[in-house]
Amino acid sequence: MIIKCPHCGPREASEYTYIGDASIQRPDHNDTDMEKWSDYVFMRENPRGAHMEHWQHTSGCRSFVKVLRDTVTHEISDVTLEGPWQAEDKS
Amino acid sequence: MSGNRLKNKGLLIDQNKPLEFTFDGKSYSGFEGDTLASAMIANGEMMMARSFKYHRPRGVYSAGPEEPNALVSLRSDGRLEPNCTAPTVELYDGLDAHSQNAWPSLSFDVMAINQLFSPLLVAGFYYKTFMGTGQKFWHFCEHFIRRAAGMGKASLDADPDRYEKANIFADIVIIGSGPAGLAAAKAAAPSGAKILLVDESAQFGGSLPEEQGNIDGYDANEWAADTLKTLSEIDNVTMMSRTTVYGYFDDNTLGAVEKVADHKAVPENFEPRQRHLKIFAKRVIIAAGSIERPLVFDGNDTPGVMLANAALRYANRYGACVGQNVALFTNNDDGYTTAHQLKALGVNVTTMIDAREKINHGLCKDSSINYITGHVVTSANGGKSLSSIKVAPYDADTKSIGPQNTINVDALLVTGGYTPTINLCSQTGTPAIFNDEIQSFIPGRANRPWLAAGAIMGSFDLKASLEDGISAANESLEALGLPPSNMTALKVNGQNPVAIPFALTVIPSSNKSAKKFVDFQHDVSVNDLNIAHTEGFRSVEHLKRYTTLGMAADQGKTSNMNALAIMAELRGISIPEAGTTRFRAPYKPVALGTLAGRDIGNHFSAVRRTPMHNWHMDHGAEMIEAGIWYRPRVYKKSDETLTDAYIREATAVRNSVGIVDVTSLGKIDIQGPDAAEFLNRIYANAFLKVAVGKARYGVMLREDGYMFDDGTSWRLSETQFLMTTTTANAAPVLSQMERLLTLNWPDLKVHVSSVSDQWAGMAVAGPKSRDTLNKIITDVDFSEDGLPFMGVTDGSIGDMPVKVARLSFSGERAYEVYTPTHFGTAVWKEIMKAGEAFDITPYGTEALGTLRIEKGHISGPELDGRTSMADVGLGKMASSKKQYVGSSLKERSGLIDQSRQTMVGLISHDHKPLKAGSHVLNGTENIGHVTSTTYSPALEKFIALALIKQGHTQIGNTLSATFPLKNERNSVLVVEPHFYDKEGERLYV
Repeated sequence: MIIKCPHCGPREASEYTYIGDASIQRPDHNDTDMEKWSDYVFMRENPRGAHMEHWQHTSGCRSFVKVLRDTVTHEISDVTLEGPWQAEDKS
Repeated sequence: MSGNRLKNKGLLIDQNKPLEFTFDGKSYSGFEGDTLASAMIANGEMMMARSFKYHRPRGVYSAGPEEPNALVSLRSDGRLEPNCTAPTVELYDGLDAHSQNAWPSLSFDVMAINQLFSPLLVAGFYYKTFMGTGQKFWHFCEHFIRRAAGMGKASLDADPDRYEKANIFADIVIIGSGPAGLAAAKAAAPSGAKILLVDESAQFGGSLPEEQGNIDGYDANEWAADTLKTLSEIDNVTMMSRTTVYGYFDDNTLGAVEKVADHKAVPENFEPRQRHLKIFAKRVIIAAGSIERPLVFDGNDTPGVMLANAALRYANRYGACVGQNVALFTNNDDGYTTAHQLKALGVNVTTMIDAREKINHGLCKDSSINYITGHVVTSANGGKSLSSIKVAPYDADTKSIGPQNTINVDALLVTGGYTPTINLCSQTGTPAIFNDEIQSFIPGRANRPWLAAGAIMGSFDLKASLEDGISAANESLEALGLPPSNMTALKVNGQNPVAIPFALTVIPSSNKSAKKFVDFQHDVSVNDLNIAHTEGFRSVEHLKRYTTLGMAADQGKTSNMNALAIMAELRGISIPEAGTTRFRAPYKPVALGTLAGRDIGNHFSAVRRTPMHNWHMDHGAEMIEAGIWYRPRVYKKSDETLTDAYIREATAVRNSVGIVDVTSLGKIDIQGPDAAEFLNRIYANAFLKVAVGKARYGVMLREDGYMFDDGTSWRLSETQFLMTTTTANAAPVLSQMERLLTLNWPDLKVHVSSVSDQWAGMAVAGPKSRDTLNKIITDVDFSEDGLPFMGVTDGSIGDMPVKVARLSFSGERAYEVYTPTHFGTAVWKEIMKAGEAFDITPYGTEALGTLRIEKGHISGPELDGRTSMADVGLGKMASSKKQYVGSSLKERSGLIDQSRQTMVGLISHDHKPLKAGSHVLNGTENIGHVTSTTYSPALEKFIALALIKQGHTQIGNTLSATFPLKNERNSVLVVEPHFYDKEGERLYV
């Protein structure tokens, strides 16, 4: 599986670390509702097909990318840079 | 002796170049170009193995990687390789091969007695015999069963050869170089696309050498040679033989093994034995061909019975003749072509038995062959070597046989049609579809970037196969945005007839104890399938697991289709209704050494040494691995034991001064205007108000509320902190911080960066630590006011810059001294020199552990991912005034349960050492475990930390710590985890 890093170009998945489901939003930091935190940490869909994911290019530039991956075919149809540097992503 | 060598025959061998080899110690000769199987056949040796379960004599059955019987071990010592298929082993001078699964010898095998017990060894034998009989009976029998039912043995010696890994990128990968594969490569090559053509054999061409048709006026084999020559001259085409694609993985990644030097006794200098290839393909064309299908009758595993096409290959390619008096048993037209080709090569085919009553009589064109139609072979006899067959008329409607006749033959060739090799296609998850005409499954249409072409699609005739290849090439080129090939359909004349098999599932027999094998390699017979069916195993997946059919190293290449047909017949349904199982990687077994590649020994993982490593080695350090770091465990003096050494070192710290290398701690530079706010969010305790020039101990939780890591963070300026983490968690902590900053708090103006490699660190601990440092760091005020506890400051030793932080893990007055990595050893030496007057003692991780256990400080064994802050006595440290990572979930009912295990200290009553991992028992109740142990020189007792249920309520009680593996049981007193200087006065001594 190859993921195209916006900084480093196409690199093999073994250079990356899977971080998690990108469709899940972390609750507001000051939120104290345990249900919300519990959902955030433990509850996941397990979709067959398109799945939005966070990956980190740990053995490369260490940037985080949002990856749209098909869980059946493992086809990666979209990769975008995440974080405050997103606006500079010219890829 | 049945087999022999045909004079001047054999496309691949050179009869002027003899080679010597041994099988089971006996010498034989073959020729250059032979395989082990062809050479053995030419030497008249058909029997090459004993079967897996019943230890029946078995001969070579095929001429390719589908071989179910002739598994052999090659070479010896470190180079020993078990379970090699003899037909794919290329002969070299001096090859030593051994039979497997036979004792004391291949011809007299004691375990053949299993045949007498065969009624007991049927499908589900393990389950039936050992379920309900209890563990003891199984344990008693296991040794014998494992010894009796095994394949070859692996060597216990290290393999001296190299294995490598490589990555390959290609636009179009073509798997298989038969008619379809070659046509596809030829069609796609002019486009300029990067093409990789792989074939598992040593030669390209697939079935073409046995093809009788003409292609564009060339003999098929000449066309292959010409095409290969053309392809080899095109830059964008790479051709790899001896390369097996064993797996089709995610995102069009293929796993392949190139057998670089398996055809040599010893690889050349710097040459690997095998190379693992990861192939990244844009498009894949699978032209894997097909495998001939056996017929199922009594004694069909007798040495001398083999696939018809295999016999033809042996004769045509190697001049190896399988017998002197050969019969051929067919259910399709292709068998006739095979028989006549064999005759033309000089093999004495005397009899042809065709199960079909009505055939095209034009097929029977050789007057010297006795053609018997409407008949079947009901049994093959002869034990270790075929001597005769029984033939009987067959009624296809009633599936019954008439009176039997015996015919004496020494070889029986069988053909039941062809089964497409769909393994790789099946691995992609695309369901197979049933093709009625060829009575077999073919790959379904893929929604992925691959295509199947040729015989694998049931295109058994040459013209169709070639056209399939061209259209697969064109479709692939189109997908790549390239113009199609201008190669037109090839002109084909006189091709072999197509094998359309006549349904012939199980051939009846008059013999009640008939053994009709379906899966030769796992010894699964028709009887086993009947039993599985009778016992209610309906699904093919269940059938497979219950009988182990298709689960041997050959993945049922020759057996699956027959088994499915039998299963369908038993259930009275069609084969597609019964369904098929899905193949998984690997298509062929892959050696573990190949998967490991160069990642062995010291190359298995990176070794990290601290800057002071050589100093430690020069001073008697015994090193220990801490993650990927090497740290001194103890510095042994002359005849000291490990225990003597760490006790001496720990005592020196308590009494005077010691120094320990702490470089392996994770170090993270945190900079930005929001640095303090950031730390305040990720640590459970408050960090907003840490003053510049001060350090604070902090605990981090995971998002789920459990403890993650601990360490100190030093405020170097308003906008900069230097954080330390535990050695093990350096990378995970950095990743968690990067994740939060990038994904969740992009508004925080903070950057984090690992500086673990930039700083060398050493802790100078003990009552004389201040006096030691004071001598050499002259620009730092070491007074109580100048550098108070938890104070951080810059200084220098000569012109070497240092950071000094007054922190203590040992409980004594102590300072951590950090210096840029390249000054590490020099600073260390300066401190050693300054400490000479106080007999400064370097100490290792053992003494470090002793000192922290005496103080009840937590470390890795307590931070095991299952402990909360409250569990280890840090509950009060957690802030209740702010939200931080894990703060909400740490209040989950399970984490605040009063009956949780909490940390306590243990003292051995009997003055005996305790073992980490011991169970702590209260009476007979297991209430927890021992985490860290040591001998405490300060207390002069053996002590430990432990996590036990409601630990605080057990203080003062006597429990027992047991270690059943070593049969140890110690009486222990439960105490507070702070064994030494609970008030912390030693920090100021």
